[in-house]
Amino acid sequence: CTGDLDTDPRVEQTIDNILDEDPDAYKGMLAKIYSAFILTGQETSGQTDVVAPDAGASSYIRNYWNFQELTTDEALNRWGDGGLDALNRLNWTAGNNFVRILYDRIYLEVAMANNFLRETQGIEDEEIQDFRNEARFLRALAYWHAIDMFGNVPFVTENDPVGNFEPPRYTREALFNYVENELLEIIPLMKDPGTNEYARADRVAAWMLISKLYLNAEVYIGEPRYSEALTYLDNIVRESGYSLEPDYQNLFLADNDNSREIILPLASDGLRSQSYGGTTYIIHAGISNSTMNPSDFGVNGGWEGNRTTSAFVDLFGNLETNGDRRALFHTEGHIKENTDYTAFNNGYAIAKFKNITASGDMGSDTSGEFVDTDFPLFRLADAYLMYAEAVVRGGTGGDLSTALDLVNQLRERAYGDTSGNIGSAALTLDFILDERGRELYWEGHRRTDLIRFGKFTGNTYLWPWKGATLGGSAVESFRTLLPIPLTDLGVNSNLVQNPGY
Amino acid sequence: QTTVHGTVTDHSGPLPGVNVVIKGTTTGTTTDFDGNYSIEAASGDILVFSYIGYRTSEKTVSGNTLDIILEEDTQQLDEVVLIGYGQVKKKDATGSVTTVKSDDFNNGMVVSPDQLIAGKTAGVQITSSGGEPGAGANIRIRGGASLNASNDPLIVIDGVPVDKEGIAGVSNPLNIVNPNDIESFTVLKDASAAAIYGSRASNGVIIITTKKGSSGEVQFNYNAKTSVSTVTRTVDAFSADSFRNLVQNYGSDAQQALLGNYHTNWQDIIFRDAISFDQNFSAKGQLFGNTPFRASVGYTEQDGILKTSSLERWTGSFGITPRFFDNHLKVDINVKGILSNSRFGDTGAIGSAILMNPTNPVYDSSLPFGGYYEDFTNGNVETLAPRNPLGLLKQRNNTGDVKRSVGNIELDYKLHFLPELRAHANFGYDISTGERNDRVSEEAAGYYRNGTGYGHLETESQNKRNLLMDLYLNYSKSYENSFITNLDVTAGHSYQSFTNSGFKNNYDYINDQVIVTRYYNPVVIASFFGRANVSIKDKYLLTATLRRDGSSRFDPDVRWGNFPSAAFAWNMYNEPWLENSATLSNLKLRMGWGITGQQDLPGRYFPYLSVYLAGTPQVQYPFGDNYYTTYRPNPYSNSLTWEETTTYNAGLDYGFFDNRITGAVDIYYRKTKDLLSEVSTPAGSNLSNVFVDNVGTMENKGLEFEINATAIETDTFSWNLGANFTWNRSEVTGLNADTDFISVQDRNITGGTGLFNQVHAVGETPYSFYVYEQVYDADGKPVENVFVDRNGDGVVDDNDRYIHKSALPDVYYGFTSQFRYKKWDLNMVFRGQAGNYVYNNIDSNVGIRNGVFTSSTFLTNIVENYNETGFVQATDQVRLSDYYIQNASFLRLDNITLGYNAGRFLGNSFSARIYGSVQNVFTVTGYDGLDPEVQNGNDYNIYPRPRTFLLGLSVDF
Repeated sequence: CTGDLDTDPRVEQTIDNILDEDPDAYKGMLAKIYSAFILTGQETSGQTDVVAPDAGASSYIRNYWNFQELTTDEALNRWGDGGLDALNRLNWTAGNNFVRILYDRIYLEVAMANNFLRETQGIEDEEIQDFRNEARFLRALAYWHAIDMFGNVPFVTENDPVGNFEPPRYTREALFNYVENELLEIIPLMKDPGTNEYARADRVAAWMLISKLYLNAEVYIGEPRYSEALTYLDNIVRESGYSLEPDYQNLFLADNDNSREIILPLASDGLRSQSYGGTTYIIHAGISNSTMNPSDFGVNGGWEGNRTTSAFVDLFGNLETNGDRRALFHTEGHIKENTDYTAFNNGYAIAKFKNITASGDMGSDTSGEFVDTDFPLFRLADAYLMYAEAVVRGGTGGDLSTALDLVNQLRERAYGDTSGNIGSAALTLDFILDERGRELYWEGHRRTDLIRFGKFTGNTYLWPWKGATLGGSAVESFRTLLPIPLTDLGVNSNLVQNPGY
Repeated sequence: QTTVHGTVTDHSGPLPGVNVVIKGTTTGTTTDFDGNYSIEAASGDILVFSYIGYRTSEKTVSGNTLDIILEEDTQQLDEVVLIGYGQVKKKDATGSVTTVKSDDFNNGMVVSPDQLIAGKTAGVQITSSGGEPGAGANIRIRGGASLNASNDPLIVIDGVPVDKEGIAGVSNPLNIVNPNDIESFTVLKDASAAAIYGSRASNGVIIITTKKGSSGEVQFNYNAKTSVSTVTRTVDAFSADSFRNLVQNYGSDAQQALLGNYHTNWQDIIFRDAISFDQNFSAKGQLFGNTPFRASVGYTEQDGILKTSSLERWTGSFGITPRFFDNHLKVDINVKGILSNSRFGDTGAIGSAILMNPTNPVYDSSLPFGGYYEDFTNGNVETLAPRNPLGLLKQRNNTGDVKRSVGNIELDYKLHFLPELRAHANFGYDISTGERNDRVSEEAAGYYRNGTGYGHLETESQNKRNLLMDLYLNYSKSYENSFITNLDVTAGHSYQSFTNSGFKNNYDYINDQVIVTRYYNPVVIASFFGRANVSIKDKYLLTATLRRDGSSRFDPDVRWGNFPSAAFAWNMYNEPWLENSATLSNLKLRMGWGITGQQDLPGRYFPYLSVYLAGTPQVQYPFGDNYYTTYRPNPYSNSLTWEETTTYNAGLDYGFFDNRITGAVDIYYRKTKDLLSEVSTPAGSNLSNVFVDNVGTMENKGLEFEINATAIETDTFSWNLGANFTWNRSEVTGLNADTDFISVQDRNITGGTGLFNQVHAVGETPYSFYVYEQVYDADGKPVENVFVDRNGDGVVDDNDRYIHKSALPDVYYGFTSQFRYKKWDLNMVFRGQAGNYVYNNIDSNVGIRNGVFTSSTFLTNIVENYNETGFVQATDQVRLSDYYIQNASFLRLDNITLGYNAGRFLGNSFSARIYGSVQNVFTVTGYDGLDPEVQNGNDYNIYPRPRTFLLGLSVDF
């Protein structure tokens, strides 16, 4: 009877079984690697990919968003639980639960991409080759997040085994070089601009990623690479085939998949792609039942979590007189100040992301629980502002007049006319940082931006509750990197904690 | 000479076949089937009544009638004890084995078997998971040898190791057997006794034997019980008046406007006095003139103290033991069946009843919720507010219907040409189906969205199949006057397969779709085993066993494990220098060593295989216009292998004064290596952040002491006392991690997100609390959010948390007392623990003022602990204050029973006993919460254990 010890799985299946049953199985495996950036598991709120206390809070993009937004002037969260307060106050420790989830999510993404590359090795099929290139792109994307957030981290590729080994530590520079080389290798292999299916990465997405790597190179490896950034940003501006969405608000609505501006979305669907992370979180958590009407947002209720700070509101000057339509604040019933940040109405709410379509209809989930709104991970306006910044920072291969034109295209869209346009003298680094805030707020860029402009730590820029005081106070510079989570330090002896922690 | 006649009975009825002899003569007789005898004797003669298994009694003749009640002798030396795949005489046993027989079982409304022996044996700790009808139990033998792998003992029912995980619709997997059908529990505690069960024996083995047929005419027993259960205590939530006061003092205008005019005690609304009935009928005797059989049926109806919770159960059993070929072939067939229908009350109502605003009404017919009040703002349900507790109960119908049968056929053939050699085969099964049906009404607020009530339906259908085959040969021979006086050798093969499969349908009415989840979880264990028992000069006993197990959970390369054991016992009482001792009547030294294993990883069935899990239709991902099912690679490890526990045990069995005082002392040391635990994987090395691994080592050491004494023994009065005591210390001695780092966090608390308060750390007890050290003011009152900066770096953060106490008790103990006066008997069982700590999660989550004011559109209640702390703001650090870790040592009078033996009536053909009992009589503890007995150390939302008053009747005829 000892032969019976080889039991057969039937619900979970081996790859051979899946391939027998589903001709699209490889595509489904690739879809998993994409979906793991936003969804939480193999059920709406069960079978989570990573072990975490709460399914919704385990979402990759939700945690990425929290660390990019709650740690800055753009958002404050009032829940305070499970270590979330530390993000508002910039005083997290290596034991912080959310630091861990973000880190674990990044490495699950890397591990799943590696697994896909192993399983598809040697398959000549052209479509599989496309899948493989995209898997490498997605791994590079996750590694970029590791470079940006954690710096010196474990390194694994498809050449490593599964289980029972301790990955070696790569310095931030070594990982930078690896990701750069990967991207340089796959850029020519990626599908031509605009030719891939919606929600899959094409060459433009890879250009975007390598541009971000180069734009931040001075932070990452202490070496300016603005000219290289411009090489790819110039491609995006001239050859991408993507175009600005005429109405700014439409970029954040339930039917934003119609937009030609979004280069790479993280897709969400109220019926078929559900989770409590992603845009379902961003929309619900930004709403209060008492000061706002959830049905205006196409959802069934607010979670009363995130608002913005007075410092961010000030980027728009006087809201009464400013004609910038990007200032999508909900002010009724709220005060601008963040005096008691545990009270939802202390601070303006943000009415940018909604689960209603451009024509005013609610998303596909009529119960208003899950949203259709896709998360715009990369979009063209970001590339325009990056182009301008790289030029102003002295990169070669671009020019100031193009930079000014690109910025003014965004200003014209924002103001509906040329009244907000600026001249070349106004195109300063400070202006670009503020403009990035106004254009890209709540889209998961702010922390990286503030660090690149030297304002995340120290006292050159203060906002409410930075450094755990209402008026804001200086924060030590080591906080530009997150700590390596204690959980990984404890099991991987190759790792070294980042300085300061 | 006159004719003396009378009846011999024991506590449960007449005793047939008792020898009645006139002392000093060979004149005698035996009792008939009804326990009656008559004998010619002279006044002044002494009659000696003796019967196997009973204490011999002598009485002087002084008239024509002489009735006598014989006391059972549980300490008889010729008694046999069960060991795996066989039995030995108790005097020849070498391991640490305790047997509890039906006469010593706990009385009362016992619906599940584990409750029969709670508090009865050293080293065994039984904690029910709460007061729900048919609630599960947590059984720990010597504290448990594993961390995250299962710490449950192996349970063997009539030779069939049963699946100890539940089935859809039954909360206690042990509910397979009607407690009335159980004859004995045998607990194999140390490795030398348990190692024959190899890979599944690390946490001990409990062998349950059911009652068998008997010789003689058919005898019947009918017993009936009825009971009332009441709530003993409720959580001290604020009353409506004090709540109103609080809101008026601290709430905003908007919040004060939310106060209602009602005085609702929500806990009174959800609890009730619950009535239960239990009836059993059994018959035993001989069929076809010579074949012993036993058959029984039982019916139980039990209501829970939480409204809507109930259990209805039918049980049946049939056992027959025919003999063939001149008794050379013994056949033992047992079949048991159970049908149970449960309705589970939504235990979330217990938490809601604490949190719900007491100034709100229970009912409000103006709202769209079927008459129940709910917090409702601008046409939307307040999704974050507590739901109406009564609505949660009444608007949800969650039922489970289970059919289960366990049975076996055992063939034991003694070879005709070599009667010392037996061939033994046992074929067993344990098959069950469960149907769960969980329906929430369309009027329920929990599923009200955007102006429409949807309701909810979830069904589950589960099939479990457990098949067993044991084959072994046994050679046993005694030799008179030789060096080796007894030899007993066994060798065999065992195969067992478990399959658990089924599916859940989740009907999503909101989007009109069905979400189907399937599962298929097979486990196969194949084994070879052998044992040799050698008795030298009737004084020195040697036992050696070896088991080789293969488990389907591991990769073929590491699938097999060897589990040996050896033991030595010395019957010191048989030494000439002790044999004639006046006080000492038994003394045996036992020493044992063994290695046992563990492969039981809950929820992991193919941990060594690379497998993919498909996503449900709700978590597809779009490429272009098409949505694709996603396939997730699951984590795996092909090096996972057995957890191994090495146990050393030394014990002394003793008896004094002709065994009126008996007992045992054991000390043990146990070391587990390759502990299977869910731990962090090195990032990037596997396909999840947490996976099971062989991570570390753990030690248990302990001392057990048992004493049973007959304090008084006269014709009219007897008093038996028993006590058992266990001291156990468990310590994690190694983790594959930085040793100064707390790597394994466990057990999250209620409140906050992802807050864990228990850890496994090297040098500490498993499940130690990991908290902040509270600072107190001069009056001893905790200062809010001020903690000791233990590392002195000027800030209080994660690095200042420290290990503080553990949920595991240092000591647990039990006392039993049995009085008998004439026809009356009074039994008591006390049980207790010391050194166990509980995190008062109710105080930490619901005792902080701002909990009331989380929203401007609804209010939630808090508990009176706030009056002691004055805490305003619930931060993570406040929740993790050591203030909330409380000593939960306790002593409980579990059970007190008063019985009256009515004797014979209706022409002597009937005898009856009536009794009344109280369960959960009182608890002495310093713990502030409802009940100090908390399964995992975090006290929240527990179904209260009721106090139960019971009246019972047992009739034999």
